[in-house]
Amino acid sequence: MNSGILRQMRPTFVYALLGVVFMFVAPNVLQLFTIINLTTAIALAVLALSLALIWGYGGILCFGQVAFFGLGAYVYTISAINFGGSTWAILMSVLVTSAFAAALGYFIFYGRVSDVYLGVITLTVTLIFFSLIRRTSGPEYKIGNALLGGFNGVSSPPINLPWNTSSFLFPEQVFYVAISALILCYVFVGWLVNTKFGRVCVAIRENELRAELLGYDIRAYKLGIFTIGAGIAAIGGVLFCNGVGRITPDVFNLYNAALTIIWVIVGGRGTLIGPVGATFALFYLTSALGGQTVLNNNLVLGVILIIFVLLVPKGVAPTIIDRVNARRRKVPTRARRRRSSRAEGTQ
Amino acid sequence: MDLVVAVLFQLIYVISNLALISLGLAIIFGMMRVINLAHGEFLMLGGYTVVVATNAGVNIWVSMLILAPLVVGIIGVIVERLLIRWLYGRMVDTLLATWGLSLLLVGIVTSIFGASTGTTVSPPLGVVRIGDYSASGYELFLVVVTIVLLFGVWLTLRFTKLGLLARGTMQNAEMASALGVSTSRIYMITFGLGAAVSGLAGGLLAPMTGVLPTIGATYIAKAFITVISGGSAILAGTTAGSVLLGGINGVFSFVAGSTFGEIALLMAAIILLRLMPRGITGRFFRKSI
Repeated sequence: MNSGILRQMRPTFVYALLGVVFMFVAPNVLQLFTIINLTTAIALAVLALSLALIWGYGGILCFGQVAFFGLGAYVYTISAINFGGSTWAILMSVLVTSAFAAALGYFIFYGRVSDVYLGVITLTVTLIFFSLIRRTSGPEYKIGNALLGGFNGVSSPPINLPWNTSSFLFPEQVFYVAISALILCYVFVGWLVNTKFGRVCVAIRENELRAELLGYDIRAYKLGIFTIGAGIAAIGGVLFCNGVGRITPDVFNLYNAALTIIWVIVGGRGTLIGPVGATFALFYLTSALGGQTVLNNNLVLGVILIIFVLLVPKGVAPTIIDRVNARRRKVPTRARRRRSSRAEGTQ
Repeated sequence: MDLVVAVLFQLIYVISNLALISLGLAIIFGMMRVINLAHGEFLMLGGYTVVVATNAGVNIWVSMLILAPLVVGIIGVIVERLLIRWLYGRMVDTLLATWGLSLLLVGIVTSIFGASTGTTVSPPLGVVRIGDYSASGYELFLVVVTIVLLFGVWLTLRFTKLGLLARGTMQNAEMASALGVSTSRIYMITFGLGAAVSGLAGGLLAPMTGVLPTIGATYIAKAFITVISGGSAILAGTTAGSVLLGGINGVFSFVAGSTFGEIALLMAAIILLRLMPRGITGRFFRKSI
């Protein structure tokens, strides 16, 4: 069984290894500005990864994944200001966000709210955060020592070495932290979807009723994957506010909520590398578009979303994988070998 | 006494405002099970139509009551033919495609008119006095228009041939098409009418709110929530959803300010959907239109 999981995860390890190589090469090749920009893109990729997990594998269309991302960033910033160090703040961020998601998810899944209605509720939660935090400009709105700052947001203290509050990391060091976190999250999610838990989640995505009749408590499984996804989004949030240097209520706006969905739909549901790759591609596309005024960002993203829904509904990565598999199947001996090895893996 | 009347009027205005911005979405959702996330942009286009037409010298009433629904209705028909008709029955995909459309429309309007507009129109009609208090005559007009509009939709659905065919298609599209109804045409007309109603609403609200390319975002969440909370019955759902959520919004705004009013509205919607996942009309008034 265990070796079966490892075999299933072979592509995951390959991509992770590529990531590690990139981690060591990039700072020597690229300029500091690009590295700092890259840190932000990595943070967003973690967010995309979390939605790829719960939407692509759990079948939960969550419009408000940015709510967890932003909440994670805010909790990190506020606790880091109050604790004077980042170690516990990161932990707090993940725990508080997961706890919040668990409470919200309990409400949703144990109430049997599904598909579109679930989307509405999660989007609503995001908008509540947006209007609530936007209003907090003024000295009376503070948590501990941290002023919430309303529309302008709060500036986030940088990460420091664990339990050493005097040694803050420089931007290029934050890049190492960010990309390591992305790789670890990626391997973790890649492992998770190949465990029994992950397989049951996929079964629920495919057919809820059938999974339930087989005796699985679909509410608990959905709640589980939703909570884990929120925790990962919170890690993304921590990296994001470190990359940008501050966190503003704008993370909760409709545009960002749409963007997260677009990454996953362009990259492809049911894969992990697809959404991560799409995040980087679209991040650089939108920053390239920011330099000119002819084509508006919204316009381009809208066209991309429409084209993908209509013409490439599976997304880029699954389409490529299907092509490759179709070509492989033409070689009969190889296909037979693959089939037998898969049978071994499931024993 | 005057205070009570003034507050009550404000409450009714909030409720009818919610009904006005939701009705177009409700028509499209109730009839076709399509959630149109570009609804806010239809409202925005209605607003821009009024501003552009009025600044070009057209009478403001003509541009609000005739041009705005006409222009947005035509845009709606085009959108239905080009985009929506490929996606019937795939609720999540329509939702994503219309989200893309919403971004696209924001992008186009921003490219044409810029990210902010300086020229706006001021609301016609003066002030109405309620004893010691005053209310805007235009708000009163909006309340009346909303009631007329709801009544008009009811009349259309209940007493015209188009309404009959539309209700038949809504109940059982296959049966309707077996009986010789062109359901594709019914869908196209329904979508166009829904868009026209949205355009009218956007046009009417433009003098109150001004216009911005991104103004749709402020409407879409509220409209979406009202319609989903209301459920699939078009009129009963919109009315019930607006009265409940608008009432809560109005009361909390009066007590604690407008931001808390909005937050109370959103919280109420979440709790409502937890208790009644199919909306109010999924549980009560099931037979209504």
